[in-house]
Order: sequence, then structure tokens, then C-alpha cells
Amino acid sequence: MAAAGMGQQWVLVEMVQAFYEAPAYHLILEGILILWIIRLLFSKTYKLQERSDLTPKEKEELIEEWQPEPLVPPVPKDHPALNYNIVSGPPTHIITVNGKECINFASFNFLGLLDNEKVKSAAQASLKKYGVGTCGPRGFYGTFDVHLELEERLAKFMRTEEAIIYSYGFATIASAIPAYSKRGDIVFVDEAACFAIQKGLQASRSNIKLFKHNDMADLERLLKEQETEDQKNPRKARVTRRFIVVEGLYMNTGDVCPLPELIKLKYKYKVRIFLEESLSFGVLGEHGRGITEHFGINIDDIDLISANMENSLASIGGFCCGRSFIIDHQRLSGQGYCFSASLPPLLAAAAIEALNIMEDNPDIFQTLRAKCERIHKALQGISGLKVVGESFSPALHLQLEESCGSREDDVKLLKRVVDYCMDSGIALTQARYLEKEEKCLPPPSIRVVITVEQTEQELDKAASLLKEAVQSVLN
Amino acid sequence: FEQAPMYVAVLTFLGFGVGTIFGYLRDFMRAWGLEKRNVAAEREQQKDFVPLYQDFENFYTRNLYMRIRDNWNRPICSVPGPQFDLMERVTDDYNWTFRFTGRTIKNVINMGSYNYLGFAETDVNALKTVTIELQKYGTGICSTRQEMGSLDKHVELEKLVAKFLGVEDAMVFGMGFATNSMNIPALVGKGCLILSDELNHTSLVLGARLSGATIRIFKHNNMQSLEKLLRDAIIYGQPRSHRAWRKILILVEGIYSMEGSIVRLPEIVSLKKKYKAYLYLDEAHSIGAVGATGRGVVEYFGMSPDDVDVLMGTFTKSFGAAGGYIAGKKDLVDFLRTHSHSAVYATSMCPPVAEQIIRAMKCLMGLDGTTQGLQRVCQLGKNTRYFRQRLHEMGFIIYGNDDSPVVPLLLYMPGKIGAFARRMLEKNIGVVVVGFPATPITESRARFCVSAAHTREMLDTVSTADVLLKLTSDTPLKQHGKICLTCVQCKIPAALKGAVIINKV
Repeated sequence: MAAAGMGQQWVLVEMVQAFYEAPAYHLILEGILILWIIRLLFSKTYKLQERSDLTPKEKEELIEEWQPEPLVPPVPKDHPALNYNIVSGPPTHIITVNGKECINFASFNFLGLLDNEKVKSAAQASLKKYGVGTCGPRGFYGTFDVHLELEERLAKFMRTEEAIIYSYGFATIASAIPAYSKRGDIVFVDEAACFAIQKGLQASRSNIKLFKHNDMADLERLLKEQETEDQKNPRKARVTRRFIVVEGLYMNTGDVCPLPELIKLKYKYKVRIFLEESLSFGVLGEHGRGITEHFGINIDDIDLISANMENSLASIGGFCCGRSFIIDHQRLSGQGYCFSASLPPLLAAAAIEALNIMEDNPDIFQTLRAKCERIHKALQGISGLKVVGESFSPALHLQLEESCGSREDDVKLLKRVVDYCMDSGIALTQARYLEKEEKCLPPPSIRVVITVEQTEQELDKAASLLKEAVQSVLN
Repeated sequence: FEQAPMYVAVLTFLGFGVGTIFGYLRDFMRAWGLEKRNVAAEREQQKDFVPLYQDFENFYTRNLYMRIRDNWNRPICSVPGPQFDLMERVTDDYNWTFRFTGRTIKNVINMGSYNYLGFAETDVNALKTVTIELQKYGTGICSTRQEMGSLDKHVELEKLVAKFLGVEDAMVFGMGFATNSMNIPALVGKGCLILSDELNHTSLVLGARLSGATIRIFKHNNMQSLEKLLRDAIIYGQPRSHRAWRKILILVEGIYSMEGSIVRLPEIVSLKKKYKAYLYLDEAHSIGAVGATGRGVVEYFGMSPDDVDVLMGTFTKSFGAAGGYIAGKKDLVDFLRTHSHSAVYATSMCPPVAEQIIRAMKCLMGLDGTTQGLQRVCQLGKNTRYFRQRLHEMGFIIYGNDDSPVVPLLLYMPGKIGAFARRMLEKNIGVVVVGFPATPITESRARFCVSAAHTREMLDTVSTADVLLKLTSDTPLKQHGKICLTCVQCKIPAALKGAVIINKV
């Protein structure tokens, strides 16, 4: 210990001696270096990212100069969608549009339940008991016994395990898809899918792959491509979910999807199917159960069926049905279900009564189909317009055989046809789209809707009137 | 907001930690078949498909939520007025399935429904016009606004809404949630900037995401944070390209539903004017509920409705109906009529619901000849102040502005969430409790919604029940068959906190 202490002292003495013996320039140089280091240590840090090129005065100038766009661009007065057709009174079979009485060929009231007395009295009874609104979402005392009853009835009618109700038709599929498909999952969707599906897909942030409308070969090609991709990265493939989203009866084109082939593809490539049945629920199938009944397919093969109650059931809202394994998930993660007020009970009661009527009178579906066939045939002969849609589809499109050149001109021409028909007592409407937002914009068309209430004379009158209108407008 | 003492935060985390450990244990037992699996399973034929849910996503649902699941989705079988009837529900297997006994629990005091002005009523005189319209129009529309779904009722309603709010024009939609998610994308797009409050509702967040604009979040009601974001945005422009932003839209709510706080409108309006941004105000909870005549936060602060560019609100809360509206200058509404997603693709509002809103609004504006509307608004104000004062006196931590009818009462511990709701139900009071993920993990709360239809006795009952509950939380939850460890922790803060309260009783 003493030796170490002595050793240290010895080194110190040596250092001081060396200090005195060193040459002068050496000392001066080292002194300068030490002073420089001290200066660097205490000077302000220099940040490379700091945009020190703008003075506060310049910042104020920038803020003064910036001019935003106007909140909304001005809308020209003659925009085709600006002036709505105002309907006075209920939009039933005979409809009063803009003061004129017409026969209604434009509302999706397929089964004529809009002014059914039984439905109305069920709604009245519910109004007396529950009032109008539910004042809360499903989770916070917004669940009424009518909602539970409607869910049970729908599940029983569609022969699935469970059903879930939404308070708005658009929100149904737009909330159902993002509940299952997240970022990184893959969805194969038909080109002609409706806007609600497109919004649901956009909200889900998944990879979207469009396949040509009803083209199973195209879909198989995409599936095969995906399979080869998977083989390159099997670990990722094991966790990416895959879905096919199709509609039973397409709103934009009026035809059905080839469901049996889709089921085969489902099991071959292990993809889940989501079926959107807004137009086909209450229309197709022997008892109105939709496209699965139409093709005779086991309903458990479809993972999720979503439909809105605003067409055949003449109520408001939508539902999804399927196995409990799938539907129960939406009760906590369907945004339109958890964060929105529930369906007003009078509308739920009306839907239950409408279901009762559908179950008691299964022959209305046959009648509706017969009417569809009749008008489909009658509309075939019109020169200048072509009929787009299946013969048993109650929502058809009439498109121009040859376009005038621009979409605007087509729209104007079709408007003249529609106005001519409305002046003569048939209420029609053009199919409306948001031109900039749709992925695959369908061509402009007139929408023709067939309901069970229209008589054969009215159907024939409509067909001949359309012929006349087109003649007079195109010449 | 008032902060909780530190030990409360620690105990809350401990509670969640214990719950998580038990969760892992039970998952382990389930995986090894030692415990029954109660969850629905995938089909046999689809067993080799990619699994639909990842196990970890549902961990919280399976283990923590399932224990206290009976406090949500409680079905009722009467009008959601100040008192309602609940259907009695029991569970045989710890909340995995429920069974209705067929009995109803009558006259439960309703502190959970958004019935601020008490328009959820079944009085025959009040609903006379609604009954007539229902008979005339039926329940459905079966068409969109732009096609054949625009009824004269909608035109009447829109004019009335515009008059009520004091703006040029208004447009109504069928669903409140959808109003936000379908119109924000129509107003802003790529190249625009959205500045949204931290605690905005899901519908605003969804609308902002769907629009494709860049979103930046500012701290809740914090004007410095908002100003800094505005300045940075204008000075530095879009990220990377430094081009100027096309528009800046500020998204705020009138009353925030989980905190009960009211937005600082005058300051936001002055900021907006200084920096030339646009303001979108979502008055879902505040329309009808604040303001001298029920016209919302704009009136509450004494400002002119022209200061706000887009006034949005819903009819579900104060008017006892369903649907939403957007009001503002005529240009704005015309643009929405042509370009809103809802006008083109979604069904319009159904006529009886529109009539309910018309009659409620006429009542509020005094157009039906009575002063009932004003009376309701005054009653709501009185009830709110009284209730908040009582709870404050009793030493609870309450969030929110003194005038907001949404009263969140902080519970903090996960064990208390379930205990509080169940014990209140035993006392015939229906409350709403919220926990993670709707609120931050340490701030679970019970939320009371004061209504103009509540009487003073009802409010007294509720506030005294709260006190008794806090004191007597020494009864452990025996429903699980084993004593819930988190309840042991509940005992401690009540005793420590309530020296004053114990003396009162």
C-alpha cells in the first residue's frame, strides 16, 4: 500500500518535471487546444434540422398571404342533381311528384309493404308503447325487446344462427366489412359493387383486388396469383385473411352473381364469402330468402349475409346474419352498431310485421317475378335504349344504346325521356351516382323498378310510354 | 380536469394486472382442455381457413370484458323516459350466455339514456301529429334523396331546422353517425388538412379517415396546441412537398360525451378567423341541451351562428328521434345536396321520425303556443347544476363543465366498474359505466345523463345511492364463486377518502 502510494506520488512529480522541461511551443499548442475544447463544450448546440432560415417576420408574412380555397366550390344552378323531385304524400304505388300524380316506377317498394295497413298498425302500437327514438346506442340502454325479437325473427327466417340489426342500411355493410378485414388482409371484390361496399372497403384499409363483373375466370386468375404470392411468403400467408365480397342482385347492373361457382372457389382457395343481399332479400328464392334459396345452396356456406331492410321490408335499417361465431364479433367491433343510436322501435315493429306478411304469403314472390318477366319482354323492343338486368330482376336499368359523346349530354337526354314520362303519368328516375367517387362508374341510365302492386295494364302502359318518349326525344 | 391521487392510479394498474394474469391462466387452462370453451367455434369444414380472429385481439374481450358484461346491452321494454322498465336477465355460466326470466324490473331511474329534454315520451297528446303522419306516410321511403326519396316533410323539416339555428339553410340525413362519416369526405379531400380534437367521436374520426385528407390531432380543448398546429401548417405547408394546404378544417364537438366538457368556442373562432381556417362543429350532445333557449353552444357563448362554417348535429339526443343535420350557408348546403354520399346512395329520413323532430322543435321554439319548450330547457339547466353540486359536495371526482348535462363520475378501478353498476341496479337505478377502450385505461367512469324530465327526488335518490355505495363497497363480488381480488383494493380508497363522508351518514 505504501509502495503504491509512493508510486503515485512519484508519477505526479515526474509529470510536473516534464511540464517544466517541455519546449514552449508545445505548451502553447496544448493550451490553445484545451481552451478550444472548453469553448466547444460550452457553446450552444448547433441543430442541423433547425429551419433557421425563416425569421418571425417572414412567418407572419406567410400566414398573412396564405389563402385557402373556398370551403365549397360554387354549384351551378342547373346542376342535374340540385333540384330534387319533391314527393307530396307517401311514396306508394300512386305517387304525387312535383304536384303531378303518377304511377310509381322508381321506389324500391318491391312487395308493396309501404302502405300496408297491418304494418302501419304494428308501428302505431309500438309508437304508443315506446315513443319515437331510443335515445341511446345498443350498449347503453338502447336495446329494446323489439330489437331482440326482430333479430331472432330474421335469424329464423334466414335459417342462420344469429342476426344483428343496424339502424341505417348504408352503415350495415360499411361497418361489417371493416370489423373483420383489417390492414394487410386481401379482399376480392366485384367491379360493379355498390358504393356502400366501396366505403366499407376504404374504411378497412385492406388490399382490394377488383375482378371483372361476374367473370369467374378473372377471379380465379387473381386467386391463383395470390396463391403463388403466398408460396413465396408462407408465414405471412398464414395470417392474412382473404374475403370475396359480392352482391346477390347487383344494384348497378341488375344481374345475379354466380354463387355456385363462387362456393367452389371458396373451398378451393380458402377464401371467405361476404354476400350483400339488399336487392335480393325478399325477391329471389321460393320464400324470399334471397339468392341462397334461389340457387339451393346451404346457407352455412356463406360466411356473412348482409342486407338492408329498406327495399323489400319497407322499413329503415339493415341486418347481417350468419353463424354466431361471425356475427357476435360485430357486437363489439361494428362501428355503426356500437357508436350509433339503435333503430327506432316503431321501425323495428314495422319490420317484424312485414316479415310476418312475407312468411304468410309466399306466393307474392312468384307474382313479382312474373311481372318482372313481362315488363322485361315488353321493354326489349325499344330502339335507342337497351335493357340491362336479368329478366327476373325487379330493378332494371335502361341505358342508351349509343352514347351522344359525353356523359353530360347522355344525362341531359335521359332527363328529357324521364320528364316526358313523368308528364304522362309514369314516375321514373335516373340512377344517380357520385361521378368522382365511384371506382367503376356505370353509364348513365334510367332506373325502372317493378313492384307487386303494379297491374299488367300499368306495366304495358309504362313500356309503350317509354317507347314513345324515346322516339320523340331522339328524333 | 381534477387529477386523482397517486395511490388510485397504482391500485388501478394493479387491478388490471391481476385481471391480466388470471386471463392468461384461464386461457392456458382452456387451451389444455381443463376448462370448457364457451366461445362459438369455427365450422368443421372451414377449420383450415386462415383464422378470422387473432387470439390476442380477443384477449381483453374474453377475460376482462366477459366478467362484467352484464352491465351493458341491458334490454328495456318501455319508453326510455326518466324511468323505465328493464327486462330481468340472469346468467348461469358467468356471463357467457344470458337467460331472460320473463320478469321486468319496473320503474328503474334512467340515468343512462340521452333524453336531455325529455322528449322521449308516450303522452298521446304530444304524439298526436306523429300518429297522424305515420298513418299517412307509413314507415319506409325506399329511395334516396336524389332519386324519389325527397318528401315534402323533409323540405318542411329543413326549413324549420334552418330557422331554429338562425342560418340560411340546412339538410337532414337519416342517421347521425352517417352524417359525419358521409359528409366530411364530401367537404375535404386529398391536399387538405384536418385538425381534430383528441377526444373526438368515432364518427368524426371515420369521416376524416375516409376523406383522404391529412389528419393532425391537438390536445383536448387546448388552444395553444391548436394554434401551434395551425401556424406550423400554414408556414411549412404539406409534408415533404411544402405546397400550401388547400383548406384547413377544424373538427370539434360541442359537448364531449365521455368527459362532459364544453368546447372553448370563442377562442377557437378567433383562431379560425386569424388563420383563415374552417370550423366544423358537431353538436350531437349540445343542441337543445345548453344555451338559454336550447340552441346549442353557439348560443351558450353568445356568438353568432355565422361564425361557425359547418354546424352539424343529431336529433337522437335532445329531440328523441333519429337522424342528423348539417346547417350553414346556402352554398354549403347546395353543395351537399349534390355531392354528399348520403344524398346519392342512402335512404332519407322516415316521415314519422321527421314529424317527431318537427313537433319537438316547434315546442322548443314556442311555435306551438306554449312555453313548454323553454320550461324544459330551464328545468334541464336547474337539474344539471343541482346534480353536479350534490355530487361535488360528496367528494366525488367529476369531469366536465358545470353546465353540461353529461356528468362523468370517475371510478378508476376495474373492479369498481362492475360493482358500481350492479349495486345501483339493485337500488333500482340504471347507470352507464365505461371502461377501457372507450376511455383511457386508468380513468374508468360512470356516466350520468341528466334529463329535464328527472324530478328533484330522483336526483336525490341517485346521489345518496352513490354515497352509500362508496361506503359499502366492502361486500366482495361473490358472483364468480371466488372473491374478486380487485374488490379488496376497492375497500381501501373508500375508507381513506371518506372521513368526511362517513361522518355524514
